[in-house]
Amino acid sequence: MRKRTGIEVSIAAAEAVGSANVDVIAAYPITPQTHIVEHLSELVNNGELDAQFIPVESEHSAMSVCCGSSAAGARTFTCTSSQGLALMNEIVFIAATLRLPIVMILANRSLSGPLSIWNDHTDVMSIRDCGWIQVFAETGQEVYDHVMFAFKVAENPKVSLPVILNMDGFILTHVIEPIEFWEPEQVSGYLPTFKPVNALDPDRPTTVGAFGLPGIFTEAKKAQDMALIESKPEIIKAWEELGQVTGRHYRPVETHLAEGAETVFLTMGSIGQTVAMAVETLRERGEAVGLVKLRLWRPFPFEELRRAVGGAKRIIVIDRAISYGGTGGPVASEIRAAFYGEENMPVVTNFLCGLAGRDVTPDDYIAMYQQTRRMVAGRVRQEDYVIYGVRE
Amino acid sequence: MEALNVYAARLLEKNEYFTPGHRACQGCAEALAVRLVAKALGRNVMVASATGCMEIISSPLPFTNWQVPWIHVAFENAAAVISGVEAAYKALARKGRIKDRGTVFLGMGGDGATTDIGFQALSGAFERGHDFLYVCYDNEAYMNTGIQRSSSTPFGASTTTSPAGKKVAGQVTWKKNMAEIAVAHNVPYVATACSSYPFDLMEKVQKAAQTPGPAYVHILSVCPTGWRLPPNKAIWIGRLAVETGVFPLYEVADGRYRITVHVPELRPVEEYLKPQGRFRHLTPDLTAQIQERVTKEYRKLVAKTQFTY
Ligand SMILES: Cc1ncc(C[n+]2csc(CCOP(=O)(O)OP(=O)(O)O)c2C)c(N)n1
Ligand code: SF4
Ligand SMILES: [Mg+2]
Repeated sequence: MRKRTGIEVSIAAAEAVGSANVDVIAAYPITPQTHIVEHLSELVNNGELDAQFIPVESEHSAMSVCCGSSAAGARTFTCTSSQGLALMNEIVFIAATLRLPIVMILANRSLSGPLSIWNDHTDVMSIRDCGWIQVFAETGQEVYDHVMFAFKVAENPKVSLPVILNMDGFILTHVIEPIEFWEPEQVSGYLPTFKPVNALDPDRPTTVGAFGLPGIFTEAKKAQDMALIESKPEIIKAWEELGQVTGRHYRPVETHLAEGAETVFLTMGSIGQTVAMAVETLRERGEAVGLVKLRLWRPFPFEELRRAVGGAKRIIVIDRAISYGGTGGPVASEIRAAFYGEENMPVVTNFLCGLAGRDVTPDDYIAMYQQTRRMVAGRVRQEDYVIYGVRE
Repeated sequence: MEALNVYAARLLEKNEYFTPGHRACQGCAEALAVRLVAKALGRNVMVASATGCMEIISSPLPFTNWQVPWIHVAFENAAAVISGVEAAYKALARKGRIKDRGTVFLGMGGDGATTDIGFQALSGAFERGHDFLYVCYDNEAYMNTGIQRSSSTPFGASTTTSPAGKKVAGQVTWKKNMAEIAVAHNVPYVATACSSYPFDLMEKVQKAAQTPGPAYVHILSVCPTGWRLPPNKAIWIGRLAVETGVFPLYEVADGRYRITVHVPELRPVEEYLKPQGRFRHLTPDLTAQIQERVTKEYRKLVAKTQFTY
C-alpha cells in the first residue's frame, strides 16, 4: 500500500480538484462546504493551481458561472450545501439539460427550517430529478477518488452530463482521515484533458439553450433521459479503470455480509460504516443480516440493486430525508418501486433517522432491526414509516 | 463616426450577425437595437442572453438567428453566465488550449432581467471586474410575459400590473436609473443609447467593447406592442424621448460625463407622452409632475458634464 496522509477530508477533496487541473472554480461559502473553497482559493493564490477562482455573490451565480465556463470548454468545479443548493436550484436543472459536464461536491446538510448546519440528505433529495449523475461517498478516500472519477465521467463525450458527488457534512467534511493521494502520472493517465463535445467558439458559432416549443420539447426530454440512462456503462467503466489505477474497486451497489442474509439494511453515504458495525454484531448473534449500500443514486442501478439484495426477504431502508405527508423517505419509495412486481418481493421497512446531525449508533440500528421483526409480523404499508428516536 | 454621419452608413459592417427572420413584433425597436449591437461587435464575440423577448424571438429550437456563439441559461443570470465564459476563455488561453484573439464578451438582458431579477448578478460581475460588456435593452416593462411593470417602467405608465385604474393612475414609482448605478460601481465605460440614433449607439458599443474591464450600455428600446403605439412610430418616438430630455444620450468614460446627442432646447414631455397609449390616461397634473422631474434630472446631468477632476 502506498503512503497515506492524515488530512481533513475537505482539504483532501480540494487537493483532488487541484490535481485534476481544473480550469474554473465558482463558489460561494456555506457550512460545511467552506473548507473546500477556502483551500481551493489558497491553492490558486499561492500559484499552486492555475485556475480562475470566481468568488461569486451567490450560489445562483455560482452555478450560472459554471454553466458559462463549461459551455466555453473549461473544466469546471463548484461545491455547496443545503441553502446554497436550494438557491442555485433553478440553474442545476438547466445545467443537465444543456449537457454541461460540471462537477459539484455537495457537502450534505439539512435544509432549513428550522435552520441547522448539520448533516442529513434533505438537500440532495430536493433535487432528485435534476438530471445530474449523483453518487455518494462513504469515506474520505472515496471522496478523494471520486473527484477524479466525477470529472472523467462528466467529460466523457459519450456522457457529457454534470456530476454531483455527495459527501456527508461534518461526518466527512470535517474529520481527519488517512488518505492515499494520487501521483500526478496516475491522474494524467486516468483523466485526459477535457475536450468538449461542443464549445462556444467564434469560428464555429453554436446556439446553446434555445427554447423548446411543444413540438420538440418531449423529444428533447427523451434524449436527456436516454443520456442519463446510457451513462451507466460508462460510469461502471470509469470505476473499473479507477480500480486499475488505485486498487480500490467501486460499484453502483456494494454489499457487506449480504450473502445468505434474510434481512438487509440499505444505506447511502457515510452511515454505511455505522450500520456495518451493527450488522457484524447481529451476525455474531446468529442473525441472518447483511448490508447493501447504494453508491450510485442516478442513474438508478435497478439490476445491480436486485442482484445485491438477492433472496433477502426484508429490506430496512435508512432514509435521511422526509417526504412530508407522503411515502416517508425518498430512498425507501425508490427501493419499493425497484422491486414492485418482482417475484418474492421483499418487505420494506423504512426508518428516518440522523436528521440534521442527530447521532445514530450501532445499537440504534440493532433496535431498528428488532422493530422490523415485530413490524413484519403484520402488514407493512408504504405509509408505515418510522421517524426513529423521536423524544416523546 | 458622428462627424461623418452622411457617409457613416457606408462604413458599416455589411454582415448581419443577428439575422432577419426572427419572430419579433412589427416595428420592434428592441430587435433593431440587438441587430445594431451585433453589427457593431462583428463576429469575434460570445453572447450570453437573459430570458425575455429577444431570447424567445431568436432561438426557437432547432432554429437560431445568431451567427455568433450564443448561450441562454435563465432569466436573471446573463451577467454571471458571461462571467463564466470570460473566465473560461482566460484560463484556457493562459494554459495554451485556445488562442487569445481578443474575443469580446457580451451579456444582454431586458430591463426586467437587468434592473430587477438580475440586478445582483450584474452587480457581482461589475464588482469582480470581468472583462465584458453588458447591454440592457430597456423597453420599460416585462414585455415577454405580457407587459408587466418593472422598476424601469416610467412613472405614470399603464402596464398590466400597474394598470391605470380608477384610484391609481398607472406606475407610481420613478424609473430606476440603471446607468447611474453602473457608474456607482466605478464601471469604466457607461453609456445610454437608443436605436433611433444608430450611429451613436454603435459607436458607444464599440467603445464599450474596447474598454478593458466591465462596460455597460443602457439602450432605450421602443416596444410598439407594450407602449401602445403604431409600429411605424417606433423610431420617431425614440427620437422624441431624446429630444424631450426623457432619455438623454450620454456616456461616462472613466467617471467623466459627456452628452453625445445635444438637444439645444428640450421639447415639452407632452409631445412624447401623448402618442403613447400607455400614457393616455395621464391628467395635466401628472404630466406636469413628469415635466418637472424630467427638467430636474436633465439639469442634474448637465451639471455632471461640467464637473471635472
Ligand atoms: C425566475 C423567473 N421568473 C420569471 C420568469 C418569467 N419571465 C420570463 S421573461 C420575463 C420578463 C422579461 O422582461 P425583460 O427582462 O424586461 O425583457 P423583455 O421581454 O421586456 O425584452 C419574465 C417575467 C422567468 N423566466 N424566470
Ligand atoms: S413585445 Fe415589444 S419588445 Fe417584445 S418583440 Fe414585441 S415589440 Fe419587441
Ligand atoms: Mg423589458
